[in-house]
Amino acid sequence: MPDEISPDLFVRLSVLAALELDPRESEYLRRQLNGQLKVVADLERIAVPDDVPPAAHGVPFPPEIRSALRADQALVDPVLAARILRQAPEGEEGYFVVPDIQHTQL
Amino acid sequence: MSLSDLPAHELVRRLTAGETSAVAIIEATLGRIEAVEGRAPSTANYQPQPGDDTAVHAYISLQREQALERARAIDAQIARGEQPGPLAGVPLSVKDIFCVEGTPATAGSKMLENYVAPYTATPVARLEAAGAIVLGKVNLDEYAFGSSNESSAFQPSPRNPWDPSRVPGGSSGGSAASVAAGEAVLSLGTDTAGSVRQPAAFCGVVGLKPTYGRVSRYGLIAFGSSLDCPGPITRTVRDAALMLNTMAGPDAHDSTAANVPVPDFTAGLDHGVRGLRIGLSPDYFRLRYPDPATGELRDQTVPDEVAAPVWRAVELLRQAGAEIVENVPMPNTHLAVPAYFVISRVEAASNLHRFDGVKYGHRTAAPVSDLHEMYRKTRAEAFGLQPKLRILMGMYVSGAQYAKQYYQRALRVRTLIRRDFEAAFDPNGPYRCDVLATPTTPTPAFKLGAVYGDSVLMQYADLLTVPANHAGTPGISVPAGLSAEGLPLGLQFLAADWQEATLLRAAAGYEQLTAGEAWRSARPAMLAPASA
Repeated sequence: MPDEISPDLFVRLSVLAALELDPRESEYLRRQLNGQLKVVADLERIAVPDDVPPAAHGVPFPPEIRSALRADQALVDPVLAARILRQAPEGEEGYFVVPDIQHTQL
Repeated sequence: MSLSDLPAHELVRRLTAGETSAVAIIEATLGRIEAVEGRAPSTANYQPQPGDDTAVHAYISLQREQALERARAIDAQIARGEQPGPLAGVPLSVKDIFCVEGTPATAGSKMLENYVAPYTATPVARLEAAGAIVLGKVNLDEYAFGSSNESSAFQPSPRNPWDPSRVPGGSSGGSAASVAAGEAVLSLGTDTAGSVRQPAAFCGVVGLKPTYGRVSRYGLIAFGSSLDCPGPITRTVRDAALMLNTMAGPDAHDSTAANVPVPDFTAGLDHGVRGLRIGLSPDYFRLRYPDPATGELRDQTVPDEVAAPVWRAVELLRQAGAEIVENVPMPNTHLAVPAYFVISRVEAASNLHRFDGVKYGHRTAAPVSDLHEMYRKTRAEAFGLQPKLRILMGMYVSGAQYAKQYYQRALRVRTLIRRDFEAAFDPNGPYRCDVLATPTTPTPAFKLGAVYGDSVLMQYADLLTVPANHAGTPGISVPAGLSAEGLPLGLQFLAADWQEATLLRAAAGYEQLTAGEAWRSARPAMLAPASA
């Protein structure tokens, strides 16, 4: 049975995942992914009736056990803001600084 | 016996009776750390050193001075005649995936190596408000992605105090190892597929995964947002109940922390098990998982040595008045790992997108031509293999052309897994179980290096714990004896939504029934020199 994720598909996937991978790492990861997909194929060995809905979470979460949402208001805390901004790899006057975004001619 | 070997409830009793001080408790625990911890782990290229394999290596960071300062404050509070909290003076280790203001929060990743948490996670804040004293942050699999703790970027990774050639389990491996070794009395972990219960079983301690939504996730670095549950790791069932009393309840900062009543979880611990209906499911004893020798998936029976303690426990509970319900069908149990390979990866990939070198964490120092190249280099340099695997898998199975085949199907299989639990615990159904009793893990702790590298085999370490994460239901692992090689074995109880009190009652009942047994007085091998 051929690998589900071919080397070409893996390259496309790693670009989407924003990961620059070397060839050795890529081959290991691709092999592991294909091994995992063989296990995942077990999900298709059973019949799932059409009326079975997807469960995004296990425990029911009806309105009566949900807490009220917080008021939609801005919290102004310059000390906390400064503490958070100090963690930025690069910042300037309260902004995060990043390299230029690639320009594409439309 | 050192103060750090006593359970929390006994330490609080001694403290409030004036028999000891918080400073003495913290000093004793720091002394234990000094004796057994070994060198601190780091992200530098790991070079094994003599002594690495004879030490615990549980902690990534320690806050000795802060802990002593807190202890002095609690002693002063007691001297003024004030009531200290229900966990006053109790040493606590925190899995390094929770934020504790002003201290490092690494998630076991190079990505967050230098990150300092700007605020404190709700469960930690509540434990501190109850008087618990945070000693430091303990190691874990990188971003909690693993079952052995070997994937941490911080090496040497924690060893199992019962046998340092073996893993402590994961991902809360540092938590379980620190509690087993007396380097903390309580630990706060997280359980996404079994990451509290599995290491607890491997290290011979108690691990409780509460109902999803019972404990706030605010301040927890997210892995699988529909699966993650903060939970206690302790040496006694009562301590787990005390921790849950403190942590549980709604939180304005986490809309998934449910607004359900929080009972006193210690109230029923001495009620015994008479009248409890305890279910046994053959689907937890014979199921499809990889052959340990060949790696091939096949239907097989869990090994006798992990099943035997469950049979024995059930017999003891029956003699004590519990009603045993046999042949409870849980037919979708074997699908929990395949479904988890899909659901957890999609959620992990989504959560890991925030680590991009922009707002915090690592950014590449290499020259880059544009923003995208910065993302790619940053993430390649700072993520280990496990986050990379999860991102790639999560993106693949949720891609537009594959989502129906994989993600949507996995979510529907999750419904089937959930229905197994609903049927077992349905008070009007044929089984009407209060709890199910199962082994916690398919094997005792395995050797370092024996499984790591094979991501499929590693995932199956969670075979018996992950169904409850899909269902959202609570579970607890308690020590249930030792294997022929002297390794701890775990007994797992599972219960219906919000029924932690029943779970704790069953676990405490078992603990009391076996209190006098010889294996209960066995101690981890690593403690032999420290306790002499």
